[in-house]
Amino acid sequence: MTHKTASFVRNELIPESPPPVSETGAVKWMRENLFSSPLNIIMTIASLWAVYTLFNSVAPWFLNGVWSGNSVRDCYEILDGATGACFAVLKERWPQLIYGFKYPPSEFWRPNFAAVLLCVAIAPVLFSTVSKKLFLFTVVYPFLAFWLIWGGTILGPIVAFAGCAVAVLASRRLESYGFALAALCGFVCALVCWIFGGYLVDIGKDFLVLPSVPSRDMGGFMLNLILGTVCVSLSIPLGIMLALGRQSDMPIIKWICVCFIEFIRGVPLITLLFVANVVLAYFFPPDTNIDLILRVIIMITLFSAAYIAEVIRGGLAALPSGQFEAANSLGLNYAQAMRLIILPQALKVSIPGIVNVAVGLFKDTTLVSIISMFDLVGMIRGPILSSTAWNGVYWELFAFAALLFFVVCYGISQYSQWLERQLETDHR
Amino acid sequence: MVLPTDPSAAKFTFSMLINDKRYRGYTFQFTALIILIFAMAYLGWNLTQNLTAKGLNISYQFLKVPAGYDINQRLIEYTSQSTHLRASMVGVLNTLLVAFLGCIMATVIGVFAGILRLSNNWIVAKLMAIYVEVFRNVPVLIWILIVSGIFIVALPQPRSFRGENPEATMLWDAFAFTGRGIYAPKPIFNEGSSFVIVTFLLSLAAIFAYRRYARNKLYAEGVPLPTRWPSITLFFIPAIIVFFAAGSPIGMEYPELKGFNFKGGIWARGSLIALCFALSIYTGAFIAENVRAGIQAISKGQTEAAAALGMRPSFVMNLVILPQALRVIIPPLISQYLNLTKNSSLAIAVGYMDITGTLGGITLNQTGRAIEIVLLLMLFYLIISLSISAVMNVYNNSIKLKER
Repeated sequence: MTHKTASFVRNELIPESPPPVSETGAVKWMRENLFSSPLNIIMTIASLWAVYTLFNSVAPWFLNGVWSGNSVRDCYEILDGATGACFAVLKERWPQLIYGFKYPPSEFWRPNFAAVLLCVAIAPVLFSTVSKKLFLFTVVYPFLAFWLIWGGTILGPIVAFAGCAVAVLASRRLESYGFALAALCGFVCALVCWIFGGYLVDIGKDFLVLPSVPSRDMGGFMLNLILGTVCVSLSIPLGIMLALGRQSDMPIIKWICVCFIEFIRGVPLITLLFVANVVLAYFFPPDTNIDLILRVIIMITLFSAAYIAEVIRGGLAALPSGQFEAANSLGLNYAQAMRLIILPQALKVSIPGIVNVAVGLFKDTTLVSIISMFDLVGMIRGPILSSTAWNGVYWELFAFAALLFFVVCYGISQYSQWLERQLETDHR
Repeated sequence: MVLPTDPSAAKFTFSMLINDKRYRGYTFQFTALIILIFAMAYLGWNLTQNLTAKGLNISYQFLKVPAGYDINQRLIEYTSQSTHLRASMVGVLNTLLVAFLGCIMATVIGVFAGILRLSNNWIVAKLMAIYVEVFRNVPVLIWILIVSGIFIVALPQPRSFRGENPEATMLWDAFAFTGRGIYAPKPIFNEGSSFVIVTFLLSLAAIFAYRRYARNKLYAEGVPLPTRWPSITLFFIPAIIVFFAAGSPIGMEYPELKGFNFKGGIWARGSLIALCFALSIYTGAFIAENVRAGIQAISKGQTEAAAALGMRPSFVMNLVILPQALRVIIPPLISQYLNLTKNSSLAIAVGYMDITGTLGGITLNQTGRAIEIVLLLMLFYLIISLSISAVMNVYNNSIKLKER
């Protein structure tokens, strides 16, 4: 049977003609994204003008920047009347900006090395693809970093680490007998270990000694980093305990935690720093001398613990109650249920929130400059701006400080967003 | 029903305090309470020991002593002979002032930035994204210092306004933007001005009543009454008529350059403006994120449904999207207001005399009464925080989704 085709019907398609110019490429994109309506046209022009003005005022200042010279007058001489930044201050005062003005220059390798090791130690916490064996290093790291930055004999950190290790092992052993018993035994074991270790440290004073640097010599951006990392890592366990306490059905414990959290969240950090500066010393036994940096660490840790507790409480509340019931019905006691079932899930949900708190806290470490500690901002406002050589070099220094904080905080917040996307995939 | 194994039948023994879940809670709480009391007692004992060793005591008598220092920015009468209590009150009012102005400005900046970040104009959206990221990721203290530096450096000093050919001129001969602050005209109320004010307030009430009447009529009978022109007329006409009838009782006191400085008018200190601006632009970045998240949380179907009903885009935003988005936006907005209020304590860095600057700054240095002063400071901020969150919670509850 023959298939007859009508001759007036086309057999093949006409080749597609290209879309009109106004509907493709850059022209279309600009029409849709920049000039779609009169209001949009105005906004586009206004923002282009704003960008141009900003660029016009900042670019010559930045590009004419002077990188060499020993004082602001040298800069003015080189610039010879032209507008330009005096970046020489960053070069000349670099060690002060980063390490403070008293940290011995021959020991700069120690904080640098500690910072590199921090990246290694934090990797398994941040990225689940990194080998879990690195967690061992993460556990050791705080003690190692303390030894590197503060110096002294390595026996001190080793004894401290041994005490913690013994405490953890003992409480793991006794966990099935009950949470309180395990915690108590762990505490006692650690205490015994530390007391005996104290004698050992006294004997071996000269064993593997690094020149010791007192806390008051810490400064610059290093101080911000130390305060940030130490306080965040100390406040996470404290925050977990506070959150669990707030969730508890024992009214007294619950109310202690609620009062603490609400009190801390209701006052600004600066008042807590005043406490650290002028009040806290009254509450220690007479004749003890606890240095300012430790007092500040205590107060900032309490501060961030309250915020982290609220984040973790959110994570706990997000768990379906079936998880709690399932853990109970398996016969797990409170400590086991929390450690094996509840906390891993709750913490996973609350990691982005914790990271946000950490970013906020890291930014807030600049507040210590108000109680006359010489962190990055304190260094700039104090010794550098008031020195005769660099009097009046305002923008360069604060732009540098802002840039440093921006790089760190933006990096962390991008990580947090990445992590949120990662976590989303396996929930929905 | 009592089961044979029901544990309530068991006789109470002391071992149950540890082994029985029903009683163990009491043991824990009791232990915690004891530990807490002991810790408090230990700290208190240390405190008394330390205080007696230094010959100090806890006393608030210092509040009645003349302060002896000047405060340049003040809302109430204050001289250096006033008491420390008065100085603290000045500080309290200054804190409230900067927090109030800052919250308003931050809301305006944040809402604009948040909505513009969702704009379909690529360059505007990107600029807003840059604004948000830059301001969120740099400490507020650095922003305060940078902004106050900009105000001091970029704005002309009052002496630049002098001479035949001044470097700077006043805006409309009424506003002067100087490195020392902003000078604005101050209204002077003469005799008879109360008539004008009362008339103005009455016409505001009339506008409100009329709009309400028009809306009720619209809902009840479907008859739209004009609202815009009657409102504008009511707003201006009666007040202007009474103003001239009473013989122009309200005048303006313009700031004038006298010697090296401006005199007269309202003077907003440079430190106040800088602090306010820095706090609001920093908090505005956070609010912008909240607003964006709130608007994005409303599903697209709502917009489409409203459009399908034939609503204009402005109606869609005002009647459909924003009322729903507000429910998501308000709670984080409250905490941003709280943050702004707490961050205003950084005023001490730019020399603005808020409560931290007066009570926690100079008074603390002069009297050395650290414990009392820090307690008072904390109490003040605690009261502020708790009352802001209480007020905002009431508001939040009132706009919450009413579920049945």
